[in-house]
Amino acid sequence: MSGNDVWVLGGGVICGIGNNVRECITSFRQMKPGMATMQYLSSTHRDSFPVVEVKADNATLAAKSGLPAHISRTALLSAVAAKEAWESAQLGNIREYRVGLVSANTVGGMDKTEDFFAEYLQDNQSGRLRDVVNHECGSITELVADALGIRHHVSTISTACSSSANAIMYGARLLRNNLVDVVIAGGTDALTRFTLNGFNTLMILDQQACRPFDDTRTGLNLGEGAGYIVMVSDAIAQKMDIKPWCKLTGYANANDAYHQTASSPDGIGNYLAMQQAMEMAGIGPEDMSYINLHGTGTLNNDLSEGTAIQRLFGNAVPPVSSTKSFTGHTLGASGGIEAVFAALAVKEGYLYPNAQFSHQMKELSFSPVTTFSEGNVINNVMSNSFGFGGNCSSLVFSKEIS
Amino acid sequence: MENLMATLKAQIVEQLNLQEVKPEDIGDDMPLFKDGLGLDSIDALELIVLLQQHYQIRIANPEKGPEIFHSVRTIADFITAHQQQNK
Amino acid sequence: MNIYINGTGCVSPLETAVEGRLPSAAPLYDNIRLKAAEPDYKQWIDIKMIRRMSRVIKMGVAAAQLSLREAGIQKPEGIITGTAYGCLDDTGVFLTKMINQQEEMLTPTAFIQSTHNTVAGQIALLLECHAYNNTFVHKGFSFEHTLIDSIMQLREGKISNILAGAMDELTNHSFNILSRFNLFKHTAAGEGAACFVLSTEKGPNAVAKLKGVSVLYKPGSYEEVAADIVGFLAAYNCSQEDIDLVITGRNGDPAGDAWYEHVENNVFPSLPVARFKHLCGEYPTASAFGTWMAGRIIASQEVTPAVLFKGNAPSAIKKVLLYNHHDASHHSMILLSIC
Repeated sequence: MSGNDVWVLGGGVICGIGNNVRECITSFRQMKPGMATMQYLSSTHRDSFPVVEVKADNATLAAKSGLPAHISRTALLSAVAAKEAWESAQLGNIREYRVGLVSANTVGGMDKTEDFFAEYLQDNQSGRLRDVVNHECGSITELVADALGIRHHVSTISTACSSSANAIMYGARLLRNNLVDVVIAGGTDALTRFTLNGFNTLMILDQQACRPFDDTRTGLNLGEGAGYIVMVSDAIAQKMDIKPWCKLTGYANANDAYHQTASSPDGIGNYLAMQQAMEMAGIGPEDMSYINLHGTGTLNNDLSEGTAIQRLFGNAVPPVSSTKSFTGHTLGASGGIEAVFAALAVKEGYLYPNAQFSHQMKELSFSPVTTFSEGNVINNVMSNSFGFGGNCSSLVFSKEIS
Repeated sequence: MENLMATLKAQIVEQLNLQEVKPEDIGDDMPLFKDGLGLDSIDALELIVLLQQHYQIRIANPEKGPEIFHSVRTIADFITAHQQQNK
Repeated sequence: MNIYINGTGCVSPLETAVEGRLPSAAPLYDNIRLKAAEPDYKQWIDIKMIRRMSRVIKMGVAAAQLSLREAGIQKPEGIITGTAYGCLDDTGVFLTKMINQQEEMLTPTAFIQSTHNTVAGQIALLLECHAYNNTFVHKGFSFEHTLIDSIMQLREGKISNILAGAMDELTNHSFNILSRFNLFKHTAAGEGAACFVLSTEKGPNAVAKLKGVSVLYKPGSYEEVAADIVGFLAAYNCSQEDIDLVITGRNGDPAGDAWYEHVENNVFPSLPVARFKHLCGEYPTASAFGTWMAGRIIASQEVTPAVLFKGNAPSAIKKVLLYNHHDASHHSMILLSIC
């Protein structure tokens, strides 16, 4: 252990393929993606677009998290995953550390704001204030921080689909600057009518199960969930008698600066994020064991990402897959959920399958992994998160080589 | 046709909030995207809704946008063809 | 490592965007809703981009451009913004149409522009800047976390300058809804944008050094805040006596002002105090305006009657502490010093 390392001690996930990490891995193993007709979200588009909902109502999530059932589903999901993450890290009493919670989300308590707004538009003195009091993104994080007893550093990041990757990056910096001992970092987002309708206006929602990196892909499926990793600095890692999952060795954030929503044809932002993250990790293309793709399934995103990967890795593209083919695109949560999958891949030697793949993209020389496997030699995994506003971020998780 | 094109120009200016562009500044055959009027892919999506709202035409595949929305004349042709088909 | 504020830009209810300085006398607002005085945006933003921008985006881009111009920089090596509410106007537009039109025939522009990272993204797009780009959305800490991230990045040594700023807008809906929480009984609601070019090298127009930033979430008592401030100063080798001016976030609300009163009386009993929220109004990222004002005060070595709240204006102003809280839950300290 060398001074400034950042260690991943654990993680937690709740999403459309499982209410915890173990259930998610079982779904990958059994090739069971989570797309279905919406059950919990109420929308006129119910029968048009499949979604990947967490298979639990708010009362169940509230019971699991210890939070009241009337608050935003985004906070409930966050609390469930953050709790699992903390427990998996086996650090004991949370109050014994300087703990940071850095959580991302894209629309805060919008699920409740939507209900409020329908009444408010009829009469601006109407609508229940308790439904709008946690509208802000930061409120969601604070509901969870307060429930877990975290107050040393509580922060929220929102950079669209790359939000949680940036939360993890900021968390790592807080550790390296000795502002905290432990960080729980990742993100959360519940499905809302606001985002479903928003993505529908962009005409990038697939009416069937999405097909990332497939030549016939026509769009993405929205999902929901939350995912967090627990990171500690060297000083804490050395004190603990715990075997960490892996190290966070590289991270970078770059901007595509091409268009507000579309990715540039050559994926310059994607390329820069990946290249700089690998440079920080001190590894070359030949050292990469697996890439967890951003892979939303839209025509534009996958082509840009694929082009950037080809430019960076040439003919030696490592195994790649988009777990969004199982979880859907969970927006502000996706970087957190996928970071847990990436860190676990290093720990357990997992390669995750890309579901619904059957046609090679003609612009690319590589195709994704389509079956689940374990016991692989996985030394370095990259997790990509790219989004609106040109925000592109990549994380690299590595095995401790002794 | 001339009337339809004039109406379309006014609708485009309004829907896309083209400040400092007057409907009559838009030529019938002026390219709407890139070097012409300078519209982009977000505008194309706005125009799809415009056709739906004002002309009850649904375009399911956004990939068809560039062809239909090349100029005011191509949009007018598309609307006319669609209306005749439905007669 | 020294961190210099090489350029600043501010859009606020005052004419700060045009004049670039504080007024000598406080304006008399006759409204509890303050509205930013907006400059002519066409000088910085292509008309093709302006047509889609809501006020918060334009204010943010303008403040960014002003600060870059003052710092003499075309393209920063990083862009970080803070916003508690994000793009509220676009959010309201899309929500309203979604509800009124029963989720049919919606257009994408308001949705696209409603995401919290729109301002930072638009700045990057305008400057063709591929560098680090991030947005903090944590209520009354949004601006402070922006500064903390900026300081960490500069200390890493890979970059030598960064654009950091915060912005929030007040809309009809947000004013109506916030008023229902009784927030504006004693204070005015505000809005604005302030941006800063931070650099490890002193620029020709540097206004001050940014020494340090710290936040305190939900303190249990006045004493806890007082102790935290003393500890914060000590971390920067500074005692209470070294501070020449304290700027507090007084906004006229008795319960909120009691926190400032305690710190003023117990930590800095003999120091002059300035205030700023009577100029910019109360909003979660108002501390960005406060920081802009602190920078101006140090650069001009003048505390005008418009902002002096207690005591006499100091003759030399070397160190200024800004202590602010939002809603009594988010407390922050920002320490600036003369270059």
